[in-house]
Formats: sequence, structure tokens, C-alpha cells
Amino acid sequence: MGRRTDIETILLIGSGPIVIGQACEFDYSGTQACRALREEGYRVVLANSNPATIMTDPDFADATYVEPLTVEVLTAIIEAERPDALLPTLGGQTALNLAMDLVEAGVLDRYSVELIGADAEAISTAEDRQKFKEAMIEIGLEVPRSGVAHTMDEAMAIIGDIGLPVVIRPAYILGGRGTGIASTPEEFEHVAANGLAASPISEILIEESIAGWKEFELEVMRDRADNQVIICSIENLDPMGVHTGDSITVAPIQTLSDVEYQVLRDAAFACLRRVGVETGGSNVQFAVNPDDGRVVIIEMNPRVSRSSALASKATGFPIAKIAAKLAVGYTLDEIPNDITKKTPSSFEPVIDYVVTKIPRWAFEKFPGTDGVLGTSMQSVGEVMAIGRTFPESVQKACRSLEAGHTGLNASAAEARFLAMDDAELAAAVAVGTPDRLFQLAESLRRGVTIEDLHHQSKVDPWFLDQLSIVVEHRQWLEAQPTVASLSRADWRRTKQLGFSDAQVAYLLSESGDDVRAARLGHGVQATFKTVDTCAAEFEANTPYHYSTYEDESEVRPGTKPRIMILGSGPNRIGQGIEFDYCCVHASFALRDAGFETVMVNCNPETVSTDYDTSDRLYFEPITEEDVLNIIEVEKPIGVIVSLGGQTPLKLADRLPAELVLGTAPSSIDAAEDRDQWAAVCDRVGVPQPPGATAIGASEALAVAEQIGYPALVRPSYVLGGRAMEIVYDDVELKRAMTALGQDGSLGREGGLSAERPVLIDRFLEGAIEVDVDAVRDHTGAIAIGGVMEHVEEAGIHSGDSACVLPPPTLAPAVVDELMAITGRLAAELDVVGPINVQFAVQRGEVFVIEANPRASRTVPFVSKATGRPMAKVAARLMAGASLDDLRAEGLLGPDPHPPHWSVKEAVLPFNRFPAADALLGPEMRSTGEVMGVDLTPGLAFLKSQQAAGGALPGPDEGAVFWSLADRDKEEGIEAARVFAELGYRFVATAGTAEALTAAGLTVDIAVPKLGEGGRDAVALLSDGEVTIVVNTPRGRGARADGDYIRTAAAQQGTPLLTTVAAAKAAAMGLTESATSPLQVRSLQQLHQEMA
Amino acid sequence: MSEILPAALVLADGSVFEGEHLGAVPQRGIASGEVVFNTAMAGYQEIITDPSYAGQIVTFTYPHIGNYGTASDDNESRGTFTRGIVIRDLARRHSNWRSEQSLEAFLIGHGVAGIAGVDTRRLTRLLRDAGALPGAFGPLVGDAATTIEALTAAAAAEPGTDGVDLVAQVTTESPYQVGSGARRVVALDFGIKTAIVEQLASFATVDVVPASTPAAEILARNPDGVFLSNGPGDPTQVPYAIATVRELLGQIPIFGICLGHQVLALAIDGSITKLPFGHHGANHPVRNERTGEVEITSQNHNFAVEPESVSARADITHINLNDGVCQGMALRDVPAFSVQHHPEASPGPHDSAYLFQEFDRLMATGG
Repeated sequence: MGRRTDIETILLIGSGPIVIGQACEFDYSGTQACRALREEGYRVVLANSNPATIMTDPDFADATYVEPLTVEVLTAIIEAERPDALLPTLGGQTALNLAMDLVEAGVLDRYSVELIGADAEAISTAEDRQKFKEAMIEIGLEVPRSGVAHTMDEAMAIIGDIGLPVVIRPAYILGGRGTGIASTPEEFEHVAANGLAASPISEILIEESIAGWKEFELEVMRDRADNQVIICSIENLDPMGVHTGDSITVAPIQTLSDVEYQVLRDAAFACLRRVGVETGGSNVQFAVNPDDGRVVIIEMNPRVSRSSALASKATGFPIAKIAAKLAVGYTLDEIPNDITKKTPSSFEPVIDYVVTKIPRWAFEKFPGTDGVLGTSMQSVGEVMAIGRTFPESVQKACRSLEAGHTGLNASAAEARFLAMDDAELAAAVAVGTPDRLFQLAESLRRGVTIEDLHHQSKVDPWFLDQLSIVVEHRQWLEAQPTVASLSRADWRRTKQLGFSDAQVAYLLSESGDDVRAARLGHGVQATFKTVDTCAAEFEANTPYHYSTYEDESEVRPGTKPRIMILGSGPNRIGQGIEFDYCCVHASFALRDAGFETVMVNCNPETVSTDYDTSDRLYFEPITEEDVLNIIEVEKPIGVIVSLGGQTPLKLADRLPAELVLGTAPSSIDAAEDRDQWAAVCDRVGVPQPPGATAIGASEALAVAEQIGYPALVRPSYVLGGRAMEIVYDDVELKRAMTALGQDGSLGREGGLSAERPVLIDRFLEGAIEVDVDAVRDHTGAIAIGGVMEHVEEAGIHSGDSACVLPPPTLAPAVVDELMAITGRLAAELDVVGPINVQFAVQRGEVFVIEANPRASRTVPFVSKATGRPMAKVAARLMAGASLDDLRAEGLLGPDPHPPHWSVKEAVLPFNRFPAADALLGPEMRSTGEVMGVDLTPGLAFLKSQQAAGGALPGPDEGAVFWSLADRDKEEGIEAARVFAELGYRFVATAGTAEALTAAGLTVDIAVPKLGEGGRDAVALLSDGEVTIVVNTPRGRGARADGDYIRTAAAQQGTPLLTTVAAAKAAAMGLTESATSPLQVRSLQQLHQEMA
Repeated sequence: MSEILPAALVLADGSVFEGEHLGAVPQRGIASGEVVFNTAMAGYQEIITDPSYAGQIVTFTYPHIGNYGTASDDNESRGTFTRGIVIRDLARRHSNWRSEQSLEAFLIGHGVAGIAGVDTRRLTRLLRDAGALPGAFGPLVGDAATTIEALTAAAAAEPGTDGVDLVAQVTTESPYQVGSGARRVVALDFGIKTAIVEQLASFATVDVVPASTPAAEILARNPDGVFLSNGPGDPTQVPYAIATVRELLGQIPIFGICLGHQVLALAIDGSITKLPFGHHGANHPVRNERTGEVEITSQNHNFAVEPESVSARADITHINLNDGVCQGMALRDVPAFSVQHHPEASPGPHDSAYLFQEFDRLMATGG
């Protein structure tokens, strides 16, 4: 049928900021789609508020709008760009919902924009629970018995019919937010009420619980000629009851016969046809009763999903790219399979390995959460591992997690499980948690039978037996006298079962180096197989490899000098898509410069793990052993460790020093090591806040005595301010130190040691924090990327703080000083490549907080704001080029002086963790970021707020709630005055009300404290009377009123400003927006204006 | 699993693969045959019991085999005809509510030998490049221990499937009847799969008759149509069947699958070639040339029809999109059509099941 010629311009909507349930898989899909559509000659217009994405690189679309994803903004973009079509199926639930909103608002009709991929009717059939259920029953598929409720009365009537237990799911939500299981009437009332509140249309589905059943997923593609293929089948190791995004999943399906599988396949096709997904990828989920094989269909996503990303990486089939081509009219048989080149895409990939995905959670960042998995997704990232068998695959996945495990137990991280008694363990495996897999293994080690364990956990006996094979071999290894007694055959079996050298070292109490030497002495080396979509039936052209221990390795010799780029591993809070952006850019830049690039990563959501991003892709854990294995076969001329966050940086010391490109590992250490760093600052002549290191509580108290409170406590070698705290007295300091010890949250990451002490600094109150990103070449020349002024004051983690580029309030002389110090520090550390320096400016005086000779989280933001491709430049500098070379090439332009303002705002996941306090602090807790660009700092800030959580409600919509800490009252009143001028009404806590009134402002309601009777703040919030909350807290104490207010705001989705600075910026933006109409500008336009 | 018996597989080109013995102990300790691979990720029992694998050793490219055990409903014939299986990993424990016994017990019960622990991807790549090769495997220790030398000799002596009448080994000895539908079908059994019989029996009374049944005897059963079944090996080795079909052409509607398709081609003086390593899997895209639609098909064949050789009398109706091999034809002058792939699936997708309805329609109209 070929591509459609009746459309020219296609609008693609991205998924916005990274949030739980919607992560960088949509950068992967959007990037593939942009490339595929432009390849076909279409003009692509992209809208996405997330600057950290690769898709928003100006190179990937003809017009790239980093603007808030709202109907108003999209309408403006449509008006400016006049697209012929809108492709809504590659930007997650966000894009799908926006497309529906645009349809309902009549915008698409008004501008004659056609929805391609899936039409409104199909989207609503798939998304509306009741419609979906009716549609499935109509085509003869079974669904769990259920009913839909819009009120609590309706809800109660439904369980009268169905009985308990039931699952409650709100309509139109992503990642299962607000979903829950209820087994008792009390639980039911609670969960149903939450669900009704979470659904934007106050609708919940109540259905028969099928918890404990087996769960399967099929990834389906359909073209407009009704050709349908299954790309990948997936089996969940965790039974029904744990959200599939939080489940350990395995591809392909392991425990269904072909007879049963074909039933699912037919059902999936029938489902797509009935729903009416015209073209593209969809995900269909089934539950199967393990006792009698009864199949029920659970849900379908009429769009590319997280599972599609996994399926693409698991099979080598580029689902998003193909989905984009199908949307513009191609049929599957018209599109060649990229990997074989010879065969068409109208086939079903087969694999000859096993893929395991394990999610990664961040419960340790949210004190108060219970860490129990359920039907609402809570993970922040995931890893995928490929092995020839499940034992090998699952062990590789465990060590990819970077959660202290070097495999399935048999590592120091198992101490926690060894310490549990049998009864605790039996109770624990019944509940889905991040630890369950490891607890299952520990149970098997203690001799719990597979029958009993299956009964307790409902995990399928096949999986349990496979885990048992690993555990039994572990016990065999433990019984060996020394590593020298292992024969070649023993080694082969050990490695084929996925054991890392580190596990063998742990079990035999030997050093890792000795173990590796003993293994290599027997000639047992990793072999590399290829992911080829066809189980070797056809020759593969794509060098996409994984390691295993077999007879034959398939790595082909290279033709050009190779540079290896170590990726950033699983997404987690503090280390996410920003680093993938940097790695991908490095790969692009180095390929362009004539190198062959070798990417190593284990995160299936990313663009870096697309087989065509680099010349060679190794889907492998990023550990010393795995990386050395690849170095051995690839023989790179260098390895880049400084673009993937802490994951690769931690390995720098363990790799051959001559291979580490850019800044030397010794300089990386010098920046991390307290004493060396202090010496560097002294030599450069910049003041630091006073401070020292400590290992135990008594040392810490001594330091505090010297420097005084408040003090900032932070562990070394962590990213994202992991476990960082500001303490105001001895009690808090002691508690913080305990929390950092072996038993605390850092325990599983190795705890504290002389090599990893805690840093304790004087906390500079009221200081402005500033970030500077720069690059330096081997000749000593330096280029500044950007100077960013934080909206929140120092003490809020930079990753959680909004920041503005260029700095709006700093004097030019101060900015010059910051840039000069950055240059001196970079020179002193002999940086080659990227450096990020964080400063605190207190009353005009500059302090250096820290310097990191690696790519920072802000690199993509700076690049988008200034047009300067920082990561590409950094990669080239590390590979030997000078800044002058790059200027001559045109990669680096003149120093940018943007005529506009860019604001980066963090997006926080508090709505996912109702029990955690929605308070910002020195430990980073945001999952993602957005960017707002406009002609003034206020308007840009306002856009960033809209992008992060929706527009700030106007004065007619509700009151502003004020609750200010004493130290904030003076400045807070200034902000309040502006809000009052705009016509907002005020509600305030008693003390704040007093202060506001004293300043001549009117407070409508002074609310009582919680529990004192009367309508408190939480009640006003839930009733919708309060629509903006300004609540500035101090410290991290016991749960006070402020916690509840912030939590309620976070749950309600009410805009929450927790610093005076943010309130001031918002006030400024609101004032300006009252007189200036909304304007949207593409990055291409902005960058041109700068040139 | 009981104790591990080291074993080896040796191919006719001298390649040696280490592994462990599994299943039944072969006679004189050696199992030999033509080594092929199948890429289906599930359906091992159907493959092992498919008579088309007579004379062949099947390598499974999916590493975990035996996960869901075996169920008698999934047998594709009265026994097993494969010479052995080569796998990466045998499930120690199986799990599925339909399962009646483990794969290992099933193999021992049916006298099928196997070798596990093999780098099956290396073997597959070798077969892909060299084509299907004769090979032999067996345990290197234990009562029936053999040696690499003996295996090498056995591989060299193995004739492969060219020029051998394997159909005679698998066809039914005497006719039998299945189903009670209004339509009457005589199925020539070249190694017919149970799933085909069941598909036909869903609308017809089916007489399954030995491959050597002459045309007159078939017509004497007064059928509405004749079905030519799948079966093993080289179609030129069943000249008696080709002659039968030639005689039947024009007298009665005919539908052929797999070997039946090749026999039909030979009956109209078409020619057959041997593919380098055949098509064995459940994911092959086939385009229906009449509708333009793509079917994902189950395939198991080493020989294929040369399209030009039949073009005088037949239209090519189906093409394999991977390599352009002819997958189906319809005769223009008489009511007869055939496909190379397996519309009965088992294992594999159901996309082509409509072909049975087409046969039903053809019989209804008499062509």
C-alpha cells in the first residue's frame, strides 16, 4: 500500500516528564518514531515538556516544542504548525489522554487534524473499563466479573453482587495509580474512595480478584491490511496481584504449551480488531488460572507501552519505529527487518535465549512507605538481562540492579535474608516486595519444598525449581575447599548458571581477582551471542550481543578504532534519562568523528539500548567482570565512564587506567575525597563551607561541635543526594548517622567505611545555589555551557530544585566569578571532558559546595536552553579533540547569549507514596523534569509549573493557602502581596494569618490545627476550596501539620510551593501572564534567535 | 534428572558438540539421522510426534525444553518418528495443569534419545550455513557408551533423507475412519498429523488410507474430495503416490499439505528442489497472493516446489516472504490446490486455518 501521500506534517506528542509508570521508554519510542517519519520525508512537529529526552533534540524533528503538555499549548502549536495528522500512540498515556482532550475540545476538527494510529473510538474502547469489558464479552472472551461505580453507593451495590476480594481500578489513569485490592468491607470503603478521587472522571471498576493467577502479556502489531503479528510473549514471575510494571517478567512465555499459547494469540488479535486499533503496537494482558487453565483478558493498551520497549529490546524488533511506519500507511510486509535486511517485518520474532526484567524501586527515598507491591505501580526503573537460560538470565538481572546483589543471593547483600527466621521468611514470600525474589532463594536454601513455597508465594513451580537449581549449585560451591579445586567443567556449569566471579569469591572467601584468574586459567571465558529476531535462522547484520558461556562467540572484528561507552544502568531517582541522553549523544558524536562506538547498558527503556544507536550494543550488567569481558573481545582504544552517572564512574578504578578516557580516575577521586577536595579548593583559593568527615556518630558530633548547626550530612560516592540530610541539633545528627550505618538504608549499598565516610558541612542558610556546567579540553581551554540559578535556596537537592538559565538575580560580577572559579577548578583537577560545579552564594559571597568531573543531570537542559551540544562536545574532547578543533568543525558555536529564559522544574512522585511527606530536602526525590521557556523569568517559571503539574489555578478558582515558617514570613509576605493584587483570596494557619494581617493583607479563613475541630486545611483541600498551597517547612521532624497538608496537596494534585522563592517566582509569572498572551516557540526558532 | 551421562553429537562434517545424554538409550548407543533445527519456542511434543520428522534429528533452538511437560492430547501421531532431539536445557521439573508426564519420561516411554547441554545456537548457525547435515549422537559413558570415532563413522554412514522412502515407514498399515461429517474425504496418509485429521473431521467423515492406496480404491470409497497429507522426506521417493494423484486429478477435488503439496506438483510434472536447511518453525510469513494478506505459518519442510515448473497448469497462491519459496498453488484446469505450510498449526499459529474451509467449499462446488 505504501506511505500515505495525502499528509505532510505530523504532530507527535511525547510523554512529558519521567514519572512512575511513564519513564524513558517513551523517549525510546518517540525518538524511533521521529526518525522513522523523517526518513519517510514527513515534516515532524514534536511537543514534549521534558528537556532531558533525546527525542527533543532539535535534530530529531523539524519543529521541537519543549512546552507544557496542555490543551491550550497544543492548540497554539497546532495553530502555528498546521499539522495534517496527530500520532498519539507513541507518547504513553499522556499523549493518548491529550489526544482525547483535543478531540473533545474540537481542536482537531477545527484545524482538520487527523488522528492516525488509533482513532478516538478505539482509544475510548480500550481505556474505558466498562466499554472494554462489553467489547470483549461481545467477541466471546472472558473477563473478570465486575461493575462500574461513580459513587460510593454504586460501589457498595456492586460488591453485593460480586463479593470480596475485589480489585478497584480508577478509569483514565496511567501505571495503576489509585488502584488497590480489598478483602474486607473496611478496606473496600477506603480503596474505593481513593479510586474515585484518583480518576479524572470519578469512575472506578470493581472486579473479581484473580490474585494468584498466572499473568501473561502479548505484544501485538497490526497494520491497516489487518495483518497481525505477536512480537513477544511475556510471562510474569510474580503472580496476578502485583502490577506488571512492578513484576519480574520473563520472555518468552515459559509455562504454557503451544495449545494454550495459541488461544492467547487468537484472543489478542480478536481484541485488537474489536477495539479498532488501526495500526501500530498494542499490549494485551491475560490471566490464566493455574488450576484449570481458564483465561481472562485483563486489559489492553492501544499504544506503545513500557512492555513494548522491553519486547523490542528482548527480541530486536523495533516496535516503535515500525508502529510509526504503519501509521503512515505501510503494511508489515512492505517494511524490511532491519536486523536480517533480507526478510520482511511481517513475521514473529523467535528468540533462543531467556530475557528477565526486574524493576527497581526507590522506597528507601520515601520514609513512611511500606515497600509492599500491589496493583499500583511504584517502581522507578528496571533492568533487563539476557541469558541462554533462566538461571543465567535472572542472575545477570540481579547484578544489573546495582542494589548490592552480585547475583541471586550468594553475596553480602543476603545478610538481611539470612537474619530472618523461618516463619518470617514464609510470611515474607507471600507478599510481593522488592526482596521477594531473594527471599524465595533463601527459602529454597533452607530446604523449603517447591510445593510449600508455591503455596506460600503462588510463584509457578517451574520458576521455583529453576531458582532452586541456582541455589543447589551455590550450596555445592560453598562445599568446595578452594577455588583451585574447580575443574573446567565445574567452571562451565557455574558460569552457565549465571554465577558472577564475585559470588564465587564470596562463597569461597577468595578475592575477586584470584577467582577470575582461576577461571581464565581453565580457559572458561564469556562468549557473546547475537540478538537477531530469528534464533539464528538468518544471518544477522546487527551486532547486538549478550554474554553467555557456550562454545562459540559471534563478535566480528571491527574495522575502525572503537570507543566503549558505559551506560547508566537502571533508572532510579538521581540517575535517570539525563545520563542516557549524554551516552547517546556521545555515541552519535563519536560515530560522526569516525570511531566505532560500543554501548554497554542494561536498561531496556532507553535509547542507548536501541540496536542502531551505536555501532555495537552489549546488553549487559555494568559490573567490573562484565565490562572487562567486553573489553577483552572488543579491545577498545578507550572507555568513557563519565557520562553515565555514578554507575560507570564507580568502575573507573577497576578498569585498565590507560583505557579510561578524559579526566583521570585520580582526579575523580580527588573531587570525591573530602581531604583531597579541601586541598584542591585551597590551592584554587575558593572558600568551602566549613566541614569534615566522620565514620561514626561520635566523630560526627565532634565535627558538628566545631562547625555548628545547621549542618548538612551526606555520604560520599552517591548520586542524587542519597540519604543526605540537614540537621539542626545533636539528636537529629545522631539519628542521621544511625540511618547511614550498616542497618540503615545505606546498609544494602555497603554501609559506611573508612573508604566511604560521611561528609558533614556547615549548612549555609538562605544562600542561593548555582550550578555551572562546563567542558575542558586537553590543551586546557574551557567552554561554559550554562550558569543556572536555583529557585529554591541551598539545602534543597539540586535535582529537586527549579533552576533558571541565565541566572536572573545574580550580579554579572558574581556570574563572572563563578565561571572563573569553575575554570580554575577544572584546571586544578586536570579535567578533560565535562565538569559540573555547585556553588552557594550567601549575601554575595561565593562558596563552592562540590565539583563533579563528570556529566551532570543538567547537561541536557543546558543543551536545550542554549543550543550548545554539551555531551557531544564532551565526548569529542575525551576522545582527543580540542575546543578549537570542534569550533573549526562547527560542532561548537560561539558562546551563547540566549535572549530568552529557561526554567527547569522537578517532578515529584508524592502522589504515588501517600504515606511519605511531600517535602523537599537535600535528598533528591524527583523522578523527572520539565522545562519552560519564555521571554521573562516569571513567564518561564509559570510554564515550568504548568508543565510539571498543570496550570496554576486563577483567583476565581479558589484560595491560596499560606503556612510559612517563621524565618520565611518576611519574604513570604512580599509574595503574598502580589497574589493579593491579582485578586487571590487567602487561607492561612494561625501564625501566618497573623503575620499576613499585620502586613495589611486580608485572610478569609485562619484554619485551626489538625484535630482541633473545625474545618482544617486538609478538609479545605479535599473540598477544592484551596487551589494553591504555599507551605514552607523547617527540618525533618516528627509528622506535623505541614506534612499532612503537603501530603494532601500532593494527593489531590493541588499545586504546592514549598519555598518562598518559588512563591515569588509564581507571583511574578502570574502577574506577567495576565497581560501577555500565551506564546509557543520551537527550539529550532530559539536556537536560531541566539545565533 | 538422574546422573549426568556425558554425550556428544558429531556431524558429517566432523564437528563435535559436547552435551549430556537424555531420554531413551539408543540401540548400540548411537542415534543417527539428518540434523535439522526448529525455531518454534513451544510445541516440542507436537514436533517430536510429527511423522514428517522421520529420519531426522531435531534441534530445538529455544533453550528450555520440557517446561510444561507432555499431554496425550498433544500427540500428532500414534508414536514418534524422529531419530532424536538436540536441546540446550531439559526442564528438571515441569509445570502445567494439562501435563500428564514429564518430557523425559515421555521420551523414554517412546524410545526417543536426546542430547542436552548443547550449544544449539552454534549448531543452528552451522546448519544454516552448511545446510542440513547427517549426524549421530550418543552417551560417552555408561552401559551403552560409544566413542567420538564411532559417532563420526555413524554420521558419515547416515544416508540423510534424499532418495529414501520414509513415507513407507510412517504411513498407516490399514485404513481407518474418523469423524462423522456430511462431506466424505479420503486422506492419503504420507505421515498425517492428528491435527489435520481433526480439522478435516470437523466437517467431514474422513477415511485415512495408506500412502500406496491406488486411485481406483480411493474412488471406490466415493469421496467428495481427496486430501494429500504431510509426510517426511523426499517426495520423489513416492512414485506410486504421484501416479495415484495424476490419475485422480480432474476426477475429484484435491487438497494437499506439505509433502502432499509436493506430490501434487510432481503429478503435474513439476519439479522439486531441496532447500539448504529447510523451513522448520512457527513464525514464517506467507503472503496469500490472492488477498495480499500475510499469514504467520507453521512450517516443516526441506524440499520445495519450483514455481516455474508448475506455472503451465497452476497459479502460485502463496509465497514465503522470507525467501520467496513457493508455499501454495492452485491448479487452473482442475479442482486441486495445495500449500507447503501447515494450516493445522500444531504447533503454531492458526492464521491459515481458512484453507480447510476452502477445501470444504471446493468439494461443495465440485470445483
